[in-house]
Amino acid sequence: MHSSFLSHAKGRYFWVALALSAFSIFLYVIDHPTEPPNGGTWLGYSLGTIGALLIVWLAYLGKRKRNFVRGWGTVKGWVSAHVYLGASLLVVATLHTGFQFAWNIHTFAFALMCLVILSGFFGIFVYRTYPTAQNELKKNQTIDDTFTQVEDFEAQLTRLAAEASNGTKMLLNSAIERTVIGGGYLDQLLGRDNSSLVLDGRVVPNSDQDSALEALVERLARSEGDEHKALSQIVRVFNNRKKLIDVIRKDIRMQATIQVWLLFHVPVTFALIAALTAHIFSVFVYY
Amino acid sequence: MIENIYDIAVIGAGPGGLSAAAHAAELGVSHVLFESSPKIANTIQKYQKGKHVMAEPGILPLRSPIEFDAGKREAILGIWEEGIALHETNVRFGAEVSKIEGEKGAFVVGLSNGEEVTAKNLILGIGMQGNPRQLGVAGDQADFVQYQLDDPGEYQGEVIVVVGAGDAAIENALALAPNNKVYIVNRKDEFARAKEGNLNLITAAIDSGEVECFYGTTPERIDPPADEDHKGVFVLNTLKGEASVPVHRIIGRLGAIAPRRLVESFGIEFPNDDPNAIPALSSQYESNVPGIYVIGALGGYPLIKQAMNQGYEVVEYILGNKVKPADNDLIAAKFSSLPLDLDVDEVLELMRQRIPVFEHVNALQFRELMLDSEVHVLRKGHVIFTRNDYDNSFYTIFEGDVAIEVGEDLHIKSGVGNFFGEMSLISGRRRSATVLAGENCIVIETPRRTMNKLISSVEAVKRVLDQTFIIRTIQQKFAPDTPIEDLQDISEKTQINSYSPGEVIFAEGDPGDSFHFIRSGSVTVSNELDGKEVVMSYVPANQAIGEMALLGNTTRGATVKAAVKTETLSLDVESFQMLSDRAPGLKERMQLLAQDRNRQNLALQSSAEEGGDLLSFLMGQGLGEATDVLLIDEGLCVACDFCEEACAATHEGTSRLNRKAGPTFAHIHVPTSCRHCEDPSCMKDCPPDAIQRGGIGGEVYIGDNCIGCGNCEQNCPYDVIQMSYKTEAPDNFWRWMLFGLGDSPGKASSQGGANKSAVKKAVKCDMCIDQSGGPACVRACPTGAAARLSPEDFVDLVSVDR
Repeated sequence: MHSSFLSHAKGRYFWVALALSAFSIFLYVIDHPTEPPNGGTWLGYSLGTIGALLIVWLAYLGKRKRNFVRGWGTVKGWVSAHVYLGASLLVVATLHTGFQFAWNIHTFAFALMCLVILSGFFGIFVYRTYPTAQNELKKNQTIDDTFTQVEDFEAQLTRLAAEASNGTKMLLNSAIERTVIGGGYLDQLLGRDNSSLVLDGRVVPNSDQDSALEALVERLARSEGDEHKALSQIVRVFNNRKKLIDVIRKDIRMQATIQVWLLFHVPVTFALIAALTAHIFSVFVYY
Repeated sequence: MIENIYDIAVIGAGPGGLSAAAHAAELGVSHVLFESSPKIANTIQKYQKGKHVMAEPGILPLRSPIEFDAGKREAILGIWEEGIALHETNVRFGAEVSKIEGEKGAFVVGLSNGEEVTAKNLILGIGMQGNPRQLGVAGDQADFVQYQLDDPGEYQGEVIVVVGAGDAAIENALALAPNNKVYIVNRKDEFARAKEGNLNLITAAIDSGEVECFYGTTPERIDPPADEDHKGVFVLNTLKGEASVPVHRIIGRLGAIAPRRLVESFGIEFPNDDPNAIPALSSQYESNVPGIYVIGALGGYPLIKQAMNQGYEVVEYILGNKVKPADNDLIAAKFSSLPLDLDVDEVLELMRQRIPVFEHVNALQFRELMLDSEVHVLRKGHVIFTRNDYDNSFYTIFEGDVAIEVGEDLHIKSGVGNFFGEMSLISGRRRSATVLAGENCIVIETPRRTMNKLISSVEAVKRVLDQTFIIRTIQQKFAPDTPIEDLQDISEKTQINSYSPGEVIFAEGDPGDSFHFIRSGSVTVSNELDGKEVVMSYVPANQAIGEMALLGNTTRGATVKAAVKTETLSLDVESFQMLSDRAPGLKERMQLLAQDRNRQNLALQSSAEEGGDLLSFLMGQGLGEATDVLLIDEGLCVACDFCEEACAATHEGTSRLNRKAGPTFAHIHVPTSCRHCEDPSCMKDCPPDAIQRGGIGGEVYIGDNCIGCGNCEQNCPYDVIQMSYKTEAPDNFWRWMLFGLGDSPGKASSQGGANKSAVKKAVKCDMCIDQSGGPACVRACPTGAAARLSPEDFVDLVSVDR
């Protein structure tokens, strides 16, 4: 039966993480060191060690999830533990700092860690909400099905255009030819539409196919007879095509978001590990 | 006046026929070989170019004047042609035999051109493929009319009409369409016989105008060309009247005429109407017509090497020589552990005498059966199989006895001549009992495929198995404490019913006069709600349905339909009453079952509409015959494709699942991946018997002895089998992660690690039979979207929240 990484093993790692956080807070509250709380007390060292080990273990998920042949447990279980223990790191590491922040390598490492964790929260949000949204958007179809439908509509339009005037034909051809789907990462993430259209000999933007649709509607209003009949069908089919292209664009945008947040999460993790190494090295060399 | 009487006439120049004729030639026996096509080995000619032909079974020695070893199609055909030339074999190509008259010593063989030839003995080696069905219209003998397509790339810029609506016709039309103007002629108004994948492709191609289709159309005649550009004019009878298409080529793909009708017209008898039935033969391959011998696939030996050996042996037999069959040493090896001092034929005879179920099996069939079977000499207490095991071979007791543990308390002793394991053999489901070896126990284990072949060719075996199945089912399921003898009369009243998919077993409101036990297949239970049929639940094999009727309810509360091809045992009210009188506690148990059913129905009722639609959808995807299926929750899937990458990484570089493909309904996606059918279509026609079912998961997997014939790929209705080369999946994580070098783990190498000189073999999901921790696809899924379910879980799937 399906169960998400959040509810894996009845939320086992949620309770583990909660216990770790609560225990850390408890120790912090009862601990009264001679100096103000910081990373150098016995509790500070302990929490720091736990935190550092956690970071290394959390980062190891990237390797573990590709151990297809060997690998202990399921990746879902690992993700579940990663998510909850990663969240508890926020508590453990913050207590490790003793709330002593400054413009130094130590706080820098802490800030990077927070960035990684916050991007992780974003990832959880995306993973838990986007798939459902995408599925509803595509109405149970695959993206390939949707593309095929768009192609079908385009074939229909080409056939219908044969009965329309030359101007309409050229308008349709250029709108279809100059439709851009996808593009670079930034285009995909922002849902930017670089489609264009040749209208009266000039290239004009055709974002969301609006300009083309507008031009077709204008022509429809001014047409009569057979041309009118053909155009009214063309407008209907073109509008259906536009709606599907909207669906594809939204889907691509969400799919890109699902993929791209890791392109932030992972490199910052590497930066964090570098900063963490510097932090630990400097602590042991200079103190 | 008879000019020339041949000693031996061989019909069919396949491997068996060639070998027989060449051996006759080698011995200087007067002979003739008739082949209806213009070349030798018609079936192998039809293989695609460069196809690697395998020489299974490897352990069997070859005994033929013509050489044969695994290799490319062209090389093998070349060697065979050289072989027949070397021995000066008398082959007549294009000689189609249309009738055989006379008797041993003076058979008259009539050819379709009217010529008659006389021979003393006949050898039939015409295979099972049959001849392609001809167009059957005036002009269809023209040289541009063909019935096969070797290499679509050969034709460019032609106008080609493909006639037919099956998979072969569609595949040919699609393959030719990119470079030619292609028409397809369909007698009906849809492509009902085609696989879903092909159906989608051809519909799309017709919609886009890539292929033009004549629906409801039959060929009328082929006229001479009207211009110089074309080779002829194909006149068609369309819905709108006659249409003329100037063509370069006509390809008929109308299926084949099974050779059975022809063979029967020679006087050879088949045991029953089963399409898989083979004629009964003596141990010397002689049919019921003295003097007519049958070898090769038609005689039940589909592999090339077997057929070639038979060709050699049958000539020896005709000459009166007592050669031992080539498989003699193989069978002797199987018998080596037996504490008997007898030769192979004597042991075989003793086995047939001792084991009544094989009584009606002839010597040749039994020999074939033993070649596939294993003989086990077991010490006392050895576990032969355990309850809930998934294997499904069939066992007979040659010596000693076994203990069958059906339940905690029910232990049955079974002795010499009895059999066990028939329940799983028939239902395809798990073992229903544990069986232990007793004193001096020797059992024969026969694989499922071999038994099924026997069941379809020997009526008596089927009858005995069915009777035993009924009585043992009644005892196990309903009357565990009642002795078998007391159940005899009830079992005789029990009926075996078969239903095709979608057929109604009983309908809501019908009088409840009987109860059914599903012995194979599965059913859906539905109610009519607001004029709409809503599926309430799904009941797999090995369970009872309609039990409420026996507990005083006189009308059916729901409609029960077969989800897939289903067989049930049914018992009328009267017999059930008799049974319940003799089986204490039965009525109470049935009441408990009814109570459970009612509870389940109530739980479903709240979500009946949506849940029912989902169940209908799953059944519509053929999951009624699944035993274990990968379902993806679209609400959790982030399309990372780790499932596919994990599959490729653990399976020689080729993912056996296609995540994107397949339909979705109410957030459940059915990817293209093996569902391990209860009665797998892929297993039905595997020449080397390479597809097996076993292990604790019941997985259906393809063994290393696959010969790459592609039958299973064709037979799978769900398109989950691919033909593929082995490749190496990369495993260089750190290089890839840190330096961006190479492919990520699991991605098939872009360098093309495939060894192209190797053979393309069939690959499919094996449920990670050799991986610890279960299927890699599920283990690698980061979000929990991928799960493997058995049909019993479907009902939960529709009622449980995530």
